[in-house]
Amino acid sequence: MQIQELPPSHEISRSSCLPCWLAVPGLIWMALFFLVPLGLVFAISFASRGTYGGILWEFTFANYLDLFHPLYGKILGQSMWYAGLTTAICFVLGFPLAYAIARSPARLQPFLLLLVMLPFWTNFLVRTYAWMVLLRQDGLINRFLTALGAVDRPLELLYTPTAVVIGLVYGYLPFMVLPLYVAVERLDPLLVEAAWDLYASRWAVFTRVVLPLTKPGIVGGCMLVFIPSVGSFITPDLLGGARSMMIGNLIQHEYLVVRDWPLGSAVSFVLMAVVMAAVVLYYRQASRADGPLEGR
Amino acid sequence: MRRGSASLNAVSTLALLFLYGPIFVLVLYSFNAAHLSMAWSGATLKWYGALLHDEALLTATANSLLIAAVSTLGAVCLGGLLALGMERMPSRRQQAIEGGLVLPLVIPEVMLGVALMLFFVSLAMPLGLMTVILGHIVFNIPLVTIMLRTRLRKLDPALREAAADLGADSWQVFRYVTLPLLRPALWGSILVAFTVSLDDFLVTFFTAGPGATTLPLKVYSMIKSGVTPEINALSALLLVISMGCIGVALHLQRREV
Repeated sequence: MQIQELPPSHEISRSSCLPCWLAVPGLIWMALFFLVPLGLVFAISFASRGTYGGILWEFTFANYLDLFHPLYGKILGQSMWYAGLTTAICFVLGFPLAYAIARSPARLQPFLLLLVMLPFWTNFLVRTYAWMVLLRQDGLINRFLTALGAVDRPLELLYTPTAVVIGLVYGYLPFMVLPLYVAVERLDPLLVEAAWDLYASRWAVFTRVVLPLTKPGIVGGCMLVFIPSVGSFITPDLLGGARSMMIGNLIQHEYLVVRDWPLGSAVSFVLMAVVMAAVVLYYRQASRADGPLEGR
Repeated sequence: MRRGSASLNAVSTLALLFLYGPIFVLVLYSFNAAHLSMAWSGATLKWYGALLHDEALLTATANSLLIAAVSTLGAVCLGGLLALGMERMPSRRQQAIEGGLVLPLVIPEVMLGVALMLFFVSLAMPLGLMTVILGHIVFNIPLVTIMLRTRLRKLDPALREAAADLGADSWQVFRYVTLPLLRPALWGSILVAFTVSLDDFLVTFFTAGPGATTLPLKVYSMIKSGVTPEINALSALLLVISMGCIGVALHLQRREV
């Protein structure tokens, strides 16, 4: 059929389509209230702090150099560590879950996915608060452990790094499961069967067949968990103590407490750079994955 | 996978318990009669009753609903037009805009909040309901546009062409063909935008100023200022509302032709 070689029909029948300029108001809105504010943060990150917290427009790199101060460096490093740990735990929990969903009866799958996604759509503040209720000194976990006789006195669970990581895993686990599900769903079960038939060990099947073939989903899931984790504010604020500050809290602190806007802006841009690096990495991986396997 | 599926199911069951356990406990304890302790001392509805008499809370609820309604309306108008306008563009420009629209969704929300606050302050705009609404429209436009474009791309162009061939002008094609086909996605995106706005904490936190307390800001200050059992009830209500809205939105999305 030669006719299929023509451009897609919606590009031909212009009369049946709406004009491009309909997009303009939305684009103006995003430029004005998104790009301009971001540009402003960028500009201010090179300004100096006034005596009473205002901004002096004197160009300087000092704000970025300040970030090498051990105190800030520690918070940056801590954020990366918490986010990395969260990502790893989400993977360990999320992979079996995604695998089980993808291999469950087809009519059950949408329901199970909905079950995983539903918590994500509920208020993050409320979900984090639920963990405060569980982890408190007189919380359910401590009551349970004392009743069992496992501990003599309540453990200190809340306001610790552990609590922060638990909260982050809880918040972002659904982000890991979804892309993994897509990847496992695409994985041909026959390939796994073949590996079994060739007497591969369970570990070999996992590392040499399942893992490589689901790599795009794994990278996607890890990015989707790492990116929001590293910039999180609510979780460390509510579940972490003063020592579990993360970049998000540092930004808020610099802006609203210390009122050092230039430094806060510099921290914001470092955070944005970390996130953008992760996004670029993800897109590179995604476009490579679009290669030979995609056409199947 | 034939082997190991029992352990696989066990881990998945644990993961689901992990996801729903805390939510369940929270809802359960919102009915607990005890005032301070976690010990169960009978079921009661009194914390829900107390919510109804909390003036500050009712004001916060009204603010939240107003912000969500106005910002949803704004985002659906602007984002809807954006989605329709993008249809006609060369595909390279479409991709560029789509990439740009993902940006507000991936950058840390703290950053969006801070950037908007700086912007409003440097324009000497007083922080309040107005600035919160302007900010919420910013993160809702990409949501609406992406959801509607997913639907638009699936529409059969032949339907629109047929209408045009039958003499419909572009407005009539939109009114009688595109819009009815788009309706489920439109309602879906309205519900999602409304829920996201209702639940938003960070952008609101930075752009609200002292006068415009919303429900999440109120929840935050209640959590920070010490735990009262009322907050369990309030949290349970918020959970039910978000889950309800999203359930309906997903149902509408799935019902698409």
